[in-house]
Amino acid sequence: MSHDLSALFDPKGIIITGVSNHPGKFGFVTLHNLLVSGYEGNIFPVGREPSEALGRPVLGSIDEVPEGEADMVFICTPQAVNEDLLRAAAAKGVKAAFFAAAGYREAGPDGVEAERRLVALADELGIAVAGPNGQGVVSTPSKMCAQIVAPYAPAGRIAVASQSGNFVSSFLNLAHHTGVGISRAVAAGNAAVLGIADYVEWFADDPETSVCLVYMESVDNGREMFERLKAVAERKPVVVVKGGASDAGARAAASHTGALASDDAVFDGMCRQAGLIRARDVEEAFEAAATLATQPLPAGERVVVVTTVGGWGVAAVDAMSGTRLVATPLPADLHAAIDEKLPPRWSKNNPIDMAGGETRDTVPEIMELAASHPEVDSVLFLGLGIQSNTAAMMRDGEFYPDHGLERIVGFHERQDARYAEAAAEISERTGTPVLLATELANARPDNPGPAGARSAGRMCHSSAGRAIRSLDLMTRYAQWRRARGL
Amino acid sequence: MSITLSEAESRRVVTRYGVPVSPFVTGTSTDEVIEAVAADPTVEYPVVAKLCGRAIAHKTERGLVRLRLADAAALRSACDDLLAAARPDDGDVEVLVSTMVDGNRELIAGLNDDPQFGLTIMLGVGGILAEAIRDVVFRVVPITDIDAGEMIDDLATQRLLEEFRGEPALDRQSLIDALVGLAAVGEQEADIVSIDLNPLILVDGKPIAVDALLELNQEADQ
Repeated sequence: MSHDLSALFDPKGIIITGVSNHPGKFGFVTLHNLLVSGYEGNIFPVGREPSEALGRPVLGSIDEVPEGEADMVFICTPQAVNEDLLRAAAAKGVKAAFFAAAGYREAGPDGVEAERRLVALADELGIAVAGPNGQGVVSTPSKMCAQIVAPYAPAGRIAVASQSGNFVSSFLNLAHHTGVGISRAVAAGNAAVLGIADYVEWFADDPETSVCLVYMESVDNGREMFERLKAVAERKPVVVVKGGASDAGARAAASHTGALASDDAVFDGMCRQAGLIRARDVEEAFEAAATLATQPLPAGERVVVVTTVGGWGVAAVDAMSGTRLVATPLPADLHAAIDEKLPPRWSKNNPIDMAGGETRDTVPEIMELAASHPEVDSVLFLGLGIQSNTAAMMRDGEFYPDHGLERIVGFHERQDARYAEAAAEISERTGTPVLLATELANARPDNPGPAGARSAGRMCHSSAGRAIRSLDLMTRYAQWRRARGL
Repeated sequence: MSITLSEAESRRVVTRYGVPVSPFVTGTSTDEVIEAVAADPTVEYPVVAKLCGRAIAHKTERGLVRLRLADAAALRSACDDLLAAARPDDGDVEVLVSTMVDGNRELIAGLNDDPQFGLTIMLGVGGILAEAIRDVVFRVVPITDIDAGEMIDDLATQRLLEEFRGEPALDRQSLIDALVGLAAVGEQEADIVSIDLNPLILVDGKPIAVDALLELNQEADQ
């Protein structure tokens, strides 16, 4: 069953229950976050009595909300009053509800019963209910941070659905760090009504989303989930990271097959069959999603590594072992074309080690030659930011700006910004992914190399190994699609 | 609760779906066995003889498997021994004789009814060593040829599937066909809890199961 979640992710007006002027309370924080994120729809804070919060009038009852002005309600009130509030909201035209409120299944037998009633009521009223016991929902196209915690996120094309609210925050923080943004994010909470598959199915139809990113712990009704997520993966990439994956213990089983069927092995096979891109941890999941959201899919497994110095290239090739990726031997015509651009000491093979032989235009030219070659499926450039790092030491030293330092610092910094820009532009033009990696992305995020990648909207990985891992996951997904004629 | 079919019964079921098993015949007396072997040209000496029955779970541990029987005389003597070794609580037993299949490379394949995903299919490396090696891949049944091919690709020990010690590389399509056939057993037979094809020996690059064990939900048998 597919739910219309447009009122949850793009509401024209939001009622918030449980708002007081106490800045420590969830209702207040949600109101604050909505205002600060720039939400432009109607906001109707409702409290136990009429008051004011953050300069906004707080209504004493949902009855005072004008009919048809709000289509979403955000519930922060105690469990016992919420059924009445949901009915009142429905009477005003509300179509979706986010229940941040706790006191449901997680809270013992009474909570289980309350959650059962909530499910029945949602069905009766025809309201799409998210949560309960969830941290909230974020939607950048609507400038909406309806959450009881931080953060908001930069706008982008990754949609997050998570069985853990904490990891929604983790993904949003990583979006801030990398600059690769988010379209939607939702914490499923107890998933009483709406579950991971419901959200991901809606994301599949969402024109603002190009990649789905899922964190899950429990798998209920795995067969149905498999079928539904597979149908989504045929349309858009779905990156999955699963908590509780360390179950190495086999079940008691009469058969060898049963004894070998650990939860993790079966889940992993299900992911491969359904085309789900399974990451090992949250960082890897985000980086894979960020790469998928900002790069074209590779046509195959042949990688060319471009470096300004040796060691990084070796590390990149090492990281390819155990993956589907191949450091492809350089085709003869590509080799000859590079000979024209570089002094004879270059490596003459893949990785293309320029051995310090680059001049003003060499880096973009070599990236371009590799990316546009028909026998190269993806390119990884290592060495971004190195010139600006030298420049930073000059800039910070006592001799700056004299002795010609100002001029050379400016040159180095412009070059790195240009490399980052060129990588984005070349991959768009050629349809070949061009990935970037440098530890400066973490160590010196303001370096014009990684900063340039961010402003070009691209993921700059913090190591060759991590870039290779994202590329491998992306390549596997592309192979899965190709094998099925998608 | 579940019951396991005898190896002979299990082989008969999976064979109907095109799962390759080593050529075999069965009999409940020595004379019947000798006649059956003589009548079936696909069963060639040297052969292996096993005493099987639903209640006999661990043939090897009880010494109920006789390998490399070179001719009818050796087979006759082995059959006499095996039938004499049957215990009253073994229930109905029969002797299964099959061509002795040799190959250096062993795989394992099987089905398992998973509590989360329903019937799943497995392919693994190592045959009887599979549980120690744990290089296994699963899929949800049903599977396509594409899924089966990807199962093969997902095994970590790819080198074992290439040319190996004078034996040819894996005949990929044969293994794909075997896996798709095994999955079809699960789709069409009711109440399957698990199936083991263990080991699945590569002979001239093609997989042949030399043991099969099918576990059924007990209600199905009543």
